[in-house]
Amino acid sequence: MTDADTGRGAAPSPAPDHRAAARRRHARSIAGTLLSLALTMLGLLLVTFIIGRVMPIDPVLKVVGDRATQAQYDAAYQAMGLDRPLVVQFIRYLGEVLTGDFGRSISTGQLVVDDIRRVFPATVELATLGTLIGVAIGVPLGVIAAARRGGAIDQVARVVALVGYSMPIFWLGLMGLLVFYGILGWVGGPGRQGIIYDGMVPTVTGLILVDSLIAGDWGAFRDAFSHIILPASLLGYFSLAYISRMTRSFMLEQLSAEYITTARVKGLSERAVIWRHAFRNIQIPLITVIALSFGSLLEGSVLTEIIFSWPGLGQYITKALLSGDMNAVLGGTVVVGTCFVLLNLLSDILYRVLDPRSK
Amino acid sequence: MNHILTPRAILLASALAIAPAAWAETPADTLVVAAAIDDIISLDPAQSFEFSGNDVNQNTYDRLVDFDPLDMEAGFKPSLAESWEVSEDGLSITFTMRQGVTFHSGNPVRAEDAAWSLQRAVKLDKTPAFILTQFGFTPENVEEKITFDDTTLTLNLDKPYAPTFVLNCLTANIASVVDKETVMANAEGEDLGNTWLNTNEAGSGPYTLAGWRPNEAVQLAAYDSYFQGAPAMKRVIVRNVAESSAQRLLLEQGDIDAARNLSPTDVESIAAVKGVTIQDEPRGRILYMGLNQKDEVLSNPAVIEAMKYLVDYDGIANSFLKGMFMPHQAFLPKGYLGALEDMPWTYDVARAKALIDEAGLAGSTITTKVRDLREYVDVAQALQASMAEAGLTLEIQQMTGAQVLDAYRARDVPIFLGEWGPDYSDPNTNAATFAYNPDNSDEAQATGLLAWRNAYAVPQEMNEATVAATLEQDAGKRAQMYQDIQRQYQAEAPIIPLFQRVENTGLRDTVQNWNSGGSVTSVMYRQVTKGE
Repeated sequence: MTDADTGRGAAPSPAPDHRAAARRRHARSIAGTLLSLALTMLGLLLVTFIIGRVMPIDPVLKVVGDRATQAQYDAAYQAMGLDRPLVVQFIRYLGEVLTGDFGRSISTGQLVVDDIRRVFPATVELATLGTLIGVAIGVPLGVIAAARRGGAIDQVARVVALVGYSMPIFWLGLMGLLVFYGILGWVGGPGRQGIIYDGMVPTVTGLILVDSLIAGDWGAFRDAFSHIILPASLLGYFSLAYISRMTRSFMLEQLSAEYITTARVKGLSERAVIWRHAFRNIQIPLITVIALSFGSLLEGSVLTEIIFSWPGLGQYITKALLSGDMNAVLGGTVVVGTCFVLLNLLSDILYRVLDPRSK
Repeated sequence: MNHILTPRAILLASALAIAPAAWAETPADTLVVAAAIDDIISLDPAQSFEFSGNDVNQNTYDRLVDFDPLDMEAGFKPSLAESWEVSEDGLSITFTMRQGVTFHSGNPVRAEDAAWSLQRAVKLDKTPAFILTQFGFTPENVEEKITFDDTTLTLNLDKPYAPTFVLNCLTANIASVVDKETVMANAEGEDLGNTWLNTNEAGSGPYTLAGWRPNEAVQLAAYDSYFQGAPAMKRVIVRNVAESSAQRLLLEQGDIDAARNLSPTDVESIAAVKGVTIQDEPRGRILYMGLNQKDEVLSNPAVIEAMKYLVDYDGIANSFLKGMFMPHQAFLPKGYLGALEDMPWTYDVARAKALIDEAGLAGSTITTKVRDLREYVDVAQALQASMAEAGLTLEIQQMTGAQVLDAYRARDVPIFLGEWGPDYSDPNTNAATFAYNPDNSDEAQATGLLAWRNAYAVPQEMNEATVAATLEQDAGKRAQMYQDIQRQYQAEAPIIPLFQRVENTGLRDTVQNWNSGGSVTSVMYRQVTKGE
């Protein structure tokens, strides 16, 4: 182990100043984050894999169908590698995933990577717009409700949130379609695009709103917008119910704090007290709330996707689960898991940016 | 184009988007269909065995013989084969190929392509391969059994099968003629182009495959050099819309021309909408009740007889299955050669109760598994109620389709309620599964046979009659043989056909000549037109 010694000897001697120490701490924390990320993903894959193998659905039957002979069944069973021990199957799968090969989906016959590249942008587009709507309305609503506690707006906000929590999305979605598409004709029907625009915009990002802008095709943009606005508003409504309630309770907590009383005593305007003092202090927890709500929308809202014939990740994973299509389920799980991890990371970074103590 | 994303532009775009949709109907040369098409897993004719996959292939490929969408009653007609001749001993059929037909690639359709397509399907041995291998073809012998020269193709059979049997099987999706040159240019290893054909197409049919996005849409484009004339609809777009109410709204708004999965409630309410009509077509699927003969109670002949009187055929067909099913009590669906329309059973609880009392079985309890599909659960609950009146207790466990199928194949479903869809357009497809089970032992593992799944030991003479019917050269006599088998079946079998599926297609008034494929085949678009 001599070269290990030379290696150590070649390392720069530790700098005495604080900055180098901080950098080392930082590097360690990044390494730690990456390690825990890898372990999280491994655990996620393992659990999903085991659930997939023990659930009482026969994936081979899905491939060969009800009419297959025993010989055809056995051939497919072997081709899918199911004859090998579970551990071997899992290690093999991990090896393939590390090389970017998620296998082929048995419910679409296509590569899982291609499937996800197609369905995930649809979900991202919907979830992003939904969250934007939820934040744009939910945050101000929550702040005002807290500022005028017990007032008319607070009551309205409460009812809005209550309805949002308790109304089945299935029903709301159908009613929305019936009213805004069926009766008023204000929005487009189910699907991401109208028939005449289908396939007209070249795929760059997979987000049709963005792609149509890149192509400079206003007609396609308008069409895509008219299709997305209703399901996005619906998702936005649900996230707004959650976000406004959380904003309100964060605000109430701040408004009862002593520094607010001090600020008021000093004669600051109510507006400044609320927005410049209290609101600034709830930004950090609020970001976590928003990130979590965005994350849950990214998993894909299965019911919304079904009602609006939205070819997104939620429908994809659900269908894959029901047909024992484990390659697709695992691929989707990796995507959703990665999203949550990234969102966590993002909110960590935003914490640092927004928290004056970390400057 | 820097200014394109200014706030004002975005605001303007939003305002425009909110304005009412300007297009109220689909383009005149485009047929837009909403259907649940998430069952497609392959578009290779040698592999596809799902409804929606076959719906696509039906229109992108031709076969040696095909159905005429405007004259389904006539049965199969010449298509890529112009004519055929059966040898004296009945052991070979020689087809004369139509000349001057081209594939979408521009290659001519040759006897070689047709022979290779059938050989390929046998060699790949995917699930539907049995439709061809039942004539004695194996991966090893198929090159000697299916031969060709410049203009003809010959099938050499292992037995003198009924010509109607062989030709009916050649209308099946697996007998589609594929373009050998194109497919082999895309083959990987020994797969005979299977991977490529799963997502591509190499046929000569009236439409070319313009695109398929799984769970989203299939797009077809008219093949203008189609040998039977270019189709009127230049584009066909099939959108995956899983929800019946969404299909209904789209149809009412005129954003689609046809809706294929409307629920009975939606059918009823849409029938009153101006500009929309409902077309009913009997399809091939049979909803039946299978009584597992391993069950002590259900194997009692009195109980088998009683169960036939415990189904409220008309009541069910006129209430919760309204429009979706019609009463049908024989295993061959209407529209098939030899179909039987006799209805020997009526709803008669008193009679059933008497039978059960006499057998001393009143008070018995049966626990069964039912797929969590509304139709099946509703039928099961109706049965539960009438069985209770007759002194039997039925306990229902709801499960997913895959779970019930697993149990059914393991002979572990006491009372099976579900559908059987024919695999090809010949009566043997149902006779060979309902009325044929040469070895009823557990070891036989004949999981494909409904009779075996229900542990029904089919009487030897019925097994023989089913086989004999596949060899009868005369079509009229053959039909008679199937009717006889079904009458005997109705008298004694513990598998009880109840209803035949009816498909309700919601259509805009402008759409003419829609054809879902009847009871024998898949949807056809080439004859569809759109008028005023």
